Amino acid sequence: MLLLIRLIVFALTIVAALAGGEPALAGLGQPSPWQLGLQQSASPVMDNIIWFHDFLLYIITAIAGFVLALLIIVMVRFNARANPAPSRTTHNTLIEIAWTIIPIMILMFIAVPSFKLLFFQLNVPPADLTVKATGKQWFWSYSYPDNGGFEFDSLMLKEGERKQDQPRLLAVDNEMVVPVNKTVRVITTGADVIHSFAVPSFGIKIDAVPGRINETWFTATREGVYYGQCSELCGKDHAFMPIAVRVVSEQAFSAWIEDAKKKYARDEVLPSTTVAAAQSVPE
Amino acid sequence: MATIEKAHGEDQHDHPHGWRRYLYSTNHKDIGTMYLVFALFGGLVGGILSIGMRLELMHPGLQFFHDAHMFNVFTTAHGLIMIFFMVMPAMIGGFGNWMIPLMIGAPDMAFPRMNNISFWLLPASFSLLLISLFVEGEPGAPGVAAGWTIYAPLSTSGHPGPAVDFAILSLHLAGASSILGAINFITTIFNMRAPGMTLHKMPLFVWSQLVTVFLILLAMPVLAGAITMLLTDRNFGTTFFTPGGGGDPLLFQHLFWFFGHPEVYILIVPGFGMISQIVATFAKKPVFGYLGMAYAMVAIGGIGFVVWAHHMYTVGMSTAAQAYFVVATMVIAVPTGVKIFSWVATMWGGSLEFKTPLLWAIGFIFLFTVGGVTGVVLANAGVDRSLQDTYYVVAHFHYVLSLGAVFTIFAGWYYWFPKMSGYMYSETIGKLHFWLTFIGVNIVFFPQHFLGLAGMPRRIADYPDAFAGWNLVSSLGSYLSGFGALVFFFGVAHAFMRKQKAGDNPWGAGATTLEWTLPSPPPFHQYNELPLIK
Repeated sequence: MLLLIRLIVFALTIVAALAGGEPALAGLGQPSPWQLGLQQSASPVMDNIIWFHDFLLYIITAIAGFVLALLIIVMVRFNARANPAPSRTTHNTLIEIAWTIIPIMILMFIAVPSFKLLFFQLNVPPADLTVKATGKQWFWSYSYPDNGGFEFDSLMLKEGERKQDQPRLLAVDNEMVVPVNKTVRVITTGADVIHSFAVPSFGIKIDAVPGRINETWFTATREGVYYGQCSELCGKDHAFMPIAVRVVSEQAFSAWIEDAKKKYARDEVLPSTTVAAAQSVPE
Repeated sequence: MATIEKAHGEDQHDHPHGWRRYLYSTNHKDIGTMYLVFALFGGLVGGILSIGMRLELMHPGLQFFHDAHMFNVFTTAHGLIMIFFMVMPAMIGGFGNWMIPLMIGAPDMAFPRMNNISFWLLPASFSLLLISLFVEGEPGAPGVAAGWTIYAPLSTSGHPGPAVDFAILSLHLAGASSILGAINFITTIFNMRAPGMTLHKMPLFVWSQLVTVFLILLAMPVLAGAITMLLTDRNFGTTFFTPGGGGDPLLFQHLFWFFGHPEVYILIVPGFGMISQIVATFAKKPVFGYLGMAYAMVAIGGIGFVVWAHHMYTVGMSTAAQAYFVVATMVIAVPTGVKIFSWVATMWGGSLEFKTPLLWAIGFIFLFTVGGVTGVVLANAGVDRSLQDTYYVVAHFHYVLSLGAVFTIFAGWYYWFPKMSGYMYSETIGKLHFWLTFIGVNIVFFPQHFLGLAGMPRRIADYPDAFAGWNLVSSLGSYLSGFGALVFFFGVAHAFMRKQKAGDNPWGAGATTLEWTLPSPPPFHQYNELPLIK
């Protein structure tokens, strides 16, 4: 019994070291080398996910450690040399009830914070800004319906296009830009096949399904660039359609919006002039 | 001829010889052997594919594949082959065919000719899958690269070439094969038990097979329906899964996982049965809580049908639906816990002999626990939001399948090899195989938890540079496991060359099921007089 307790304490110490040591090693907005845990949080939802994951990690490590300890005890105490005469016990009602009831109680203990987190994620609060992300083979298009509805494509930067400090396979030409500390609603859809919009540091992942509109939300609490990758197999270049969200101050965001309206306006105007030209042709 | 042979004695039954013995076989042991050989071949092909993937993922950048498409073809084929052409044939077709009649005291399966077609559909099915690798899938590139889940519309408009059609037909044949097998097993187990063997006296391995084949019977037709709709969407202009015609891509996912979740229990439940037999044998002690063990499997199978959408937490399901699937999924942990603790309790107070099968069994119990508890993490939709479609999921399902199901297959292989072949394997080689595999697969899959938490998506041929470290470790582990597989094949060849006789019951007093009362290998037809169970 002492051995069992020691093993569990040892396992929990390791988990505590992992959970406590995580922020130093974990990247913010992108993974870091040899990272062990979740990426650092930059949104209230991710704060909750990290807390809940660490909570679960303690529980599951204790359970796995408990089973391992039992197996070690069995192997040490009940091998043929230590115990040549096997017992014939095949029932013990009390212990059978215990190992049914105790897991149920542990699961109920897990379910309470689990539901709290789930409802927090899925109840989309009133949004300050809506961005529509459309998954395409193999890039994302972002449009800003609150700001005139301009739309632009966001493609992965290839070798030679990247600056020194931009991460390979994550950096894009045109980032999605949002203001800091504002609630952003993201609506997603797929243009051809199913894609999935994910940004680990915000704790969001929502599929972009053709013929459907899905929504999720985040409030970025820190400025910076946050990367994610398409998270549903979508064909040949599935690995090469990253998501990059730049979180900026409110002033910088307003300035970017003005620029973007001009920069991406051409795409909007072009089809309508074509249509107008077509209509002006007499029949 | 026939009369002369019969005159030689009871064991000398007339049956075709040479290749006809196998092609025309109606004998459950010959068919079981063919299933096992087939599974070895399937495992070899699937294993080579996995080594190919780990070679590519060893370092950032594309080294072995000229484009990411071919990598995705490898992941797809690896998944389908390991499920349909390795684990299922080994556990159900192989050990099920061999051991169910022996364990229940029956001369053969209820429908011997149907048993023959069940097996021979599989090589045809496997051929269709192999053909699919060489015909066009995505535009201008060969093979199905849509994942084993073949989600529409990637498998419809995303794969205009005929490769997906070949894969669909392959799955149809594999499904028909396993449905026929399931009917055969159910009939045999319900009607051909020896006098006195009530359902509650059946060995747990037979219970596990009974639960499994019911899952097959109920789940496979759903897959057949889904992939038939996929086939007509692709070829005949229907729009079941196309929003433009009023269809819904998510309908395919619901149908697929209604089959797919019971399918993962089909892959592991026979293993539960094997572990129960092995643990009891080498502890020299009856199974602890027999009824609880049997009905825990029934419960796992039943609940397994109502949890499917936990594979779909990110598709945009309603809050109520997600909350339901969280609860239903977590409930499965309860009967699974009953099984884990009952195995430990069976060993508790026993007199353990650490023969190779027991090593695999104990290894399984621990690794399955690890895979089980990460399953509890993933069951919670809130945290699954971060882990869905990452390597955390890959690590989880390989802990329960590659380290769970495969460990049970090896446990069963070493346990029954003396019975099936009549020869003893070498304990030294068997244990070397175990330790190489145990260390190897843990090095492969444990770091994948870290990669998944850090956000590395599944099914990508190249990854951001920060993921390089753990991927290198994982790849090195896969080479060690591959070496372990070579040791396994060497051990099999060694046993057949050494020809050390095993005797009727090499395991002693702990082996109490009926197959150990027969000679090793058993006669072509056994139980000319049915055994009486008290």
